[in-house]
Amino acid sequence: MDLNTIWYLLIGVLIIGYAILDGFDLGVGVLHLFAAKTDKEKRIHLNAIGPVWDGNQVWLLTGGGALFAAFPVVYATVFSGFYLALMLVLLGLILRAVSMKFRGGMEGEGWKKTWDMGFGIGSLLPLVLFGVAVGNILKGIPIEADGSYAGQFFGLLNPPSLLVGVLSLVLFTMHGALYMTLKTDGDLRNRMHAIAARLYGASLILYVLVTVYYAFIAPYLFRQVASFNLFVITLMVLFILSFALIPFLLGAKKYFFAFLSSCVFIAALIGVVAVNLFPMLVPSSVDLAYSLTVYNSCSSDKTLMVMLVIALIGMPLVIGYSVYIYRIFKGKVVIDSSSY
Amino acid sequence: MDALLLARIQFAVTVGFHFLFPPITIGLAWILVIFEWIGWKKGDKQYARIGKFFGDLFAVTFAVGVATGIVMEFQFGTNWAEYSKYVGDIFGAPLAAEGVFAFFLESFFVGVYLFARGRISKGAHWFSALMVAFGATLSAFWIIVANSWQQTPAGYTINETLGRAELTDFWAAVFNPSTMIRYLHTVNASIITGAFFVVAASAYMIIKGRDTELMKKAMKIGLIVAFISSILQAEPLGSRHATQVAHTQPEKLAVIEGVYKTSTNVPMLIFGFPVSEPEPHVVAPIGVPSLLSILVGGSPDTEIKGVDAFPKEDIAPLWLPFVSYHNMVGLGLFFILYAGVALFLNYRKKLYDMKWYLWIGVLTLPAALSASQFGWIAAEVGRQPWVVWKILRTSDAHSTNVAASDILISLVILSLIYSLLGAIWIFLLKRKVDHGVPELKGRKEVAA
Repeated sequence: MDLNTIWYLLIGVLIIGYAILDGFDLGVGVLHLFAAKTDKEKRIHLNAIGPVWDGNQVWLLTGGGALFAAFPVVYATVFSGFYLALMLVLLGLILRAVSMKFRGGMEGEGWKKTWDMGFGIGSLLPLVLFGVAVGNILKGIPIEADGSYAGQFFGLLNPPSLLVGVLSLVLFTMHGALYMTLKTDGDLRNRMHAIAARLYGASLILYVLVTVYYAFIAPYLFRQVASFNLFVITLMVLFILSFALIPFLLGAKKYFFAFLSSCVFIAALIGVVAVNLFPMLVPSSVDLAYSLTVYNSCSSDKTLMVMLVIALIGMPLVIGYSVYIYRIFKGKVVIDSSSY
Repeated sequence: MDALLLARIQFAVTVGFHFLFPPITIGLAWILVIFEWIGWKKGDKQYARIGKFFGDLFAVTFAVGVATGIVMEFQFGTNWAEYSKYVGDIFGAPLAAEGVFAFFLESFFVGVYLFARGRISKGAHWFSALMVAFGATLSAFWIIVANSWQQTPAGYTINETLGRAELTDFWAAVFNPSTMIRYLHTVNASIITGAFFVVAASAYMIIKGRDTELMKKAMKIGLIVAFISSILQAEPLGSRHATQVAHTQPEKLAVIEGVYKTSTNVPMLIFGFPVSEPEPHVVAPIGVPSLLSILVGGSPDTEIKGVDAFPKEDIAPLWLPFVSYHNMVGLGLFFILYAGVALFLNYRKKLYDMKWYLWIGVLTLPAALSASQFGWIAAEVGRQPWVVWKILRTSDAHSTNVAASDILISLVILSLIYSLLGAIWIFLLKRKVDHGVPELKGRKEVAA
């Protein structure tokens, strides 16, 4: 396996880490908009992710840095091409970060309502727009022969990409609801259970729609499905199994395993897409030959090697203390004087 | 306005606003390590309360710092696509390393520090404060590595075929000629800022007669840290940094020091107004004769190259870097003076009766924040017209595929949001300070 492929994998790992971890944070933010009825319930939502959301978000920032270092052409082309959409995502994330902290800074109905809205919108906006961005990348963007691409914000809002945006919103809100079943009790947990079950059905329908739509407009996304190599088969099995198991585990009130299943599903979904896309990172809708690939958009082997060493030293440490910290905060939400 | 100018303004706004917060949180984190250490090791409840109080102020500041920092990781791609393609092979690595080695550490342990008080042992809680401070300081290292590489690039080669700079020697790029001195200078500036944050908050509360006994303890520690770090900032850190600039970026030295004609016996200006027309000259200069020559070369006979020694198109604007740099130096001297006199007054038991002096203490926080901004402006505007010194011009670095109107939209929205965040930040800090130091309560205390 060459360094380019290794870095394709590692970027995939960072995206998966971000999707699983901040995915439930953002999902909880959306749930907080409609599922939390009282001030106490709102605080339970906030504090369910309170100690960990910031660390989870670093997966995104590190992903951005790693993409810059390993595939600078992709970093530059996509981020400048998706200019306004990305700015909106960043505004959402800014809003989320400050709303959580600001909300408890003062008493008063209006003050709290404002920051509740900020927290909700700041979570919803990134979920939808990340989905729309992925939808656009998967269907290909008009990259010219010289690698240039000038995007228009409204051009990104096309039907298939919007559909992926909705799928992203629904899927990660379900993921958030599954996480909340671990952090809550009694009536609130029953509601989270019911919401997760309903969103599961919606995710399934949306997923089928997206798959059929993309089979027509982006057939290259399915070229490995029938390749019968062991890696792809394993991924497909994981993908189907993990998704199929969620309702049964939920029904049996095995909440931890239902959430775990959802994590595996998200990882496998990203894995299946990535396997089919490889070696492309961003397909060109003008001509697939103009696509940005791991070979024409990458840094030098020297840099890829240095970065690999950095990742191999650093990431095990990160995973080590992440586990330690998640253990400190495991169990139901407890509200005390340190809470949001 | 054209896209390049708008992109530059946006970068200045986003980085400038963000850079108000990390200097506070880096410095304050280390002071929290001191407070929490005394609270834990000596079992001193008062210091534990001081720690919790400043921990709350830290939390609000940290939240705004994190929020505004998100943009940093992406705006090279959005607004500086040509730059990103040209130097991504080198510049991306320190940003990624910051995430992997430092930012994860800081962000996860901030959660522990702020939310697990009373849930874990006091030792573990102190350790979380230490990891926050360590993570934040390490984070600064990788950011300064990236920025210093723009100032004094090393460890690279230009690949003409691919039209980009490529890494040849990782350690040479990391420890390029300006990294270490700029890192120490910046981290020390952060410690000064954090210390004056403590001084300002406690001076204000002492004036208002709120929790006076606790705040006197906090203020004393703040003043000691501020005094030591302010002296170190002038000598050796400040003077060494200036010497480094003299050797590696003589054009920049000439601009920030206001040297327009190459000569020996160059004075060090402490005051003046630079003017470009008709000939570059400094109006109303006040300076110490020959001092710059002596500092740079050890003797008055040292020749310093002036602006006239370099091509005009390689020279930064004269006014802004000069003024920013001199304001920074002036504020630095004020910090030594203020903290020194305050400690003396404290020793003579007079400090807390002199309300006017405490009021000046409140102003040391905006002063310290301004000093950091001035230093940064001098460093970055003084680097112009280059985005990477002698390799890539700023005018060749922006995203050519982003319309000026798009940047204008994002600039307006970001500016509005940032103004709002800044106002709320100050409002919430003032509110917390006005409420005084809360009692420690809540969960059962776990024995250390």
